[in-house]
Amino acid sequence: MSSTTTTHDAHGHDDHGHPTGLMRWVKSTNHKDIGTMYLWFSFTMFLFAGALAMGIRAELFQPGLQFIKPEVFNQLTTLHGLIMIFGAIMPAFVGFANWQVPLMIGAPDMAFPRLNNMSFWLLIPAAILLLASFFVPGGAAAGGWTMYPPLSVQGGMSVDMSIFALHILGVSSIVGSINIITTIFNMRAPGMTLMKMPMFVWTWLITAYLLIAAMPVLAGALTMLITDRHFGTHFFNAAGGGDPVLFQHVFWFFGHPEVYIMILPAFGILSTIIPTFARKPLFGYASMVYATAAIAVLSFVVWAHHMFTTGMPVAGQLFFMYSTMLISVPTGVKVFNWLATMWKGSMTFETPMLFSVAVVFLFTIGGFSGLVCAILPVDIQLQDTYYVVAHFHYVLFSGAAMSIMGGVYYWIPKWTGHMYDETLGKWHFWLTTIAFNVTFFPMHFTGLAGMPRRIPDYSQQFAEFNMISSLGAFALGLSQLLFLYVVIKCIRGGAKATNQVWDGAQGLEWTVASPAPFHTFETPPQVK
Amino acid sequence: MSQSTKSYFLPGPSFWPLIASISLFLLAGGFSMSLNKIAMGTPLMVAGGIALAYLLFGWFKEVIEESVSKHYNKQVDKSFRWGMGFFIFSEVMFFFGFFGALFYARNVSLPWLADAHGLTGAHAVWQNFSAAWPTAGPSLKLEGAMKPWGLPAINTLLLLTSGVTLTWAHWGLMKNKRNQIIIGLALTIALGAAFMYLQYTEYAEAAFTIKSGIYGATFYMLTGFHGLHVTMGTIMLAIILFRVLKGHFDSHDHFGFEAVAWYWHFVDVVWLFLFIFVYWL
Repeated sequence: MSSTTTTHDAHGHDDHGHPTGLMRWVKSTNHKDIGTMYLWFSFTMFLFAGALAMGIRAELFQPGLQFIKPEVFNQLTTLHGLIMIFGAIMPAFVGFANWQVPLMIGAPDMAFPRLNNMSFWLLIPAAILLLASFFVPGGAAAGGWTMYPPLSVQGGMSVDMSIFALHILGVSSIVGSINIITTIFNMRAPGMTLMKMPMFVWTWLITAYLLIAAMPVLAGALTMLITDRHFGTHFFNAAGGGDPVLFQHVFWFFGHPEVYIMILPAFGILSTIIPTFARKPLFGYASMVYATAAIAVLSFVVWAHHMFTTGMPVAGQLFFMYSTMLISVPTGVKVFNWLATMWKGSMTFETPMLFSVAVVFLFTIGGFSGLVCAILPVDIQLQDTYYVVAHFHYVLFSGAAMSIMGGVYYWIPKWTGHMYDETLGKWHFWLTTIAFNVTFFPMHFTGLAGMPRRIPDYSQQFAEFNMISSLGAFALGLSQLLFLYVVIKCIRGGAKATNQVWDGAQGLEWTVASPAPFHTFETPPQVK
Repeated sequence: MSQSTKSYFLPGPSFWPLIASISLFLLAGGFSMSLNKIAMGTPLMVAGGIALAYLLFGWFKEVIEESVSKHYNKQVDKSFRWGMGFFIFSEVMFFFGFFGALFYARNVSLPWLADAHGLTGAHAVWQNFSAAWPTAGPSLKLEGAMKPWGLPAINTLLLLTSGVTLTWAHWGLMKNKRNQIIIGLALTIALGAAFMYLQYTEYAEAAFTIKSGIYGATFYMLTGFHGLHVTMGTIMLAIILFRVLKGHFDSHDHFGFEAVAWYWHFVDVVWLFLFIFVYWL
């Protein structure tokens, strides 16, 4: 790292007698404390859902049934998906939003501090319901994270628990998004016009819109599922004039924007980190804003590409194929803008930058495999194979999760006041990146060869690639314990971080002390 | 709002978020149990309901006290406006999902069932299956379908009138005409209650239930959630009336009133869509 500025400012603010100990967190109305809780919650869920994935890969290490029964395998895949999406990735981004958005726009806090804390504390009952669902009769939900009927209508009590957990998570997301949008529109420092906002703030503004538009639709789908299960409706039952495909439409109308909810903030993090370490302003700021908005709008008209094989008129299939391909245009704008930002920059490769460069490269692979899946005749072959598993792990792990890791390394000096251990950070980066590719790259091959997803056993021909994948997965899982160690080590001590931290970093968050004092920008800064 | 506070109001530490979390946990956990015939479920749900009522009462009480003691400046007022607007937008999307289900069932599933032949076709399941939606257009009304020009038309009139009386009350508020506010609000509440009573009568007399296939399912889901919203809106109006009587609002400073008015108009608009697409066409 190359922090050259050594300005050190005395802690001007004290903490106005806020509660200490447990009550500091329970009763918090402070965006930084709430952001910290979000990030720790996310990390805990990440490790837990990662442990479920270890179970999946242990079972798939060899052909045949080894450790777990098929129904337990189905529970592991279902809960791995649900918890990673709703428990790990989304809360991590909200944690970043909590910490960074007020700091970046010069606001004293979020617009609704109490609702902010409620959004966090609603995660806890949802997590308890999801985790406890493993221990009820029949085990956890096993019909896949998408909860398609009829399986989700037939499942046991755990399905009800998962549905209510998602309802609560939906309330949390909607309240959180209203808070973020209001903060961005109403709490900006004087002079911080919309087109001067940091890119991370822009991506979160648009993500919050997606959340408010998409989460209520999921709530509707889940409510119909509950009434089909217990109150005799026939929404998803053809015997009563309903249609199971209806659920898929409603679900994916939520589900596809959800995909962008999990990647747009990651784009914001990349657009923050890359200019810092290229020591150049972000190339094409305005086009980045418009590209983000375009992706968000398009995300509402592509949902049925998840269901090409479940029954749809050909005209519908063609529409969704072309609209899906259109998304590659604004996404391409973003990728080229990042490359152009790096072009002729005086680059250094500290851990956050390593993660960012890797994300640009690996996410693009995931984007291309997405384009492959968008092609209707190809998708009919690839649907429900490991190719799809490879695709969405390239966008969600090496896109979203690795951006989160990069973001943590980038901002943790501001959060803790200490530099993290650069050597260990680089070890974590290389172990994660290599292990990730060892795990998921072979899935492209097994998928193209026809290995179906969500099945605990497979044909002998897939044995080598699966063993490679499993070994990679175990290494990937272990490397995240190193991440945990680096984070804890950084919190407990380390080289003192300067206010500026990174010499190429721009933005208001670098004008406050490291660690950021409990209250910042009580008097709004002037932005020129 | 008043200019008495210069800086943005940041509330101190609060227990309400935790109580929200506990109440939803009890409700969700208890409901999961009672749906699966576990005796503990119902008491847990009751406890959750009590906690939720305590939460709503206590939290809003705190906010109203902060508002009355002029802690909120113009910027806070603007935050509330943004917040309420986006909350209503999320509600719109919630209904959008159910309307989507209705349109899909009528325009995609039904013709598909009619076209299907062979073992999986509708004719194999039901003798004499005819692919018609019970309210298929203004001319065709099948036996048992809800008739739009009886109670539903009266209900439409009631809700539209309530929108007028609420606006009249708002005019009264802006001109500081106390009686006009109180009469306008009381009329709005009465119209809302009358709507709920007629809706209850309609449910009691209906020839079909939520279990009567996809028509009954979409009908009761849409009108039921709308009725729930009317109920909440009526309670909110009653609280606003109570606050008017206590003298909480003046002609410049009454976002609580406006927020409930926005909500009421939203519920009105949803009803118009219901009347057109669920009852009439």
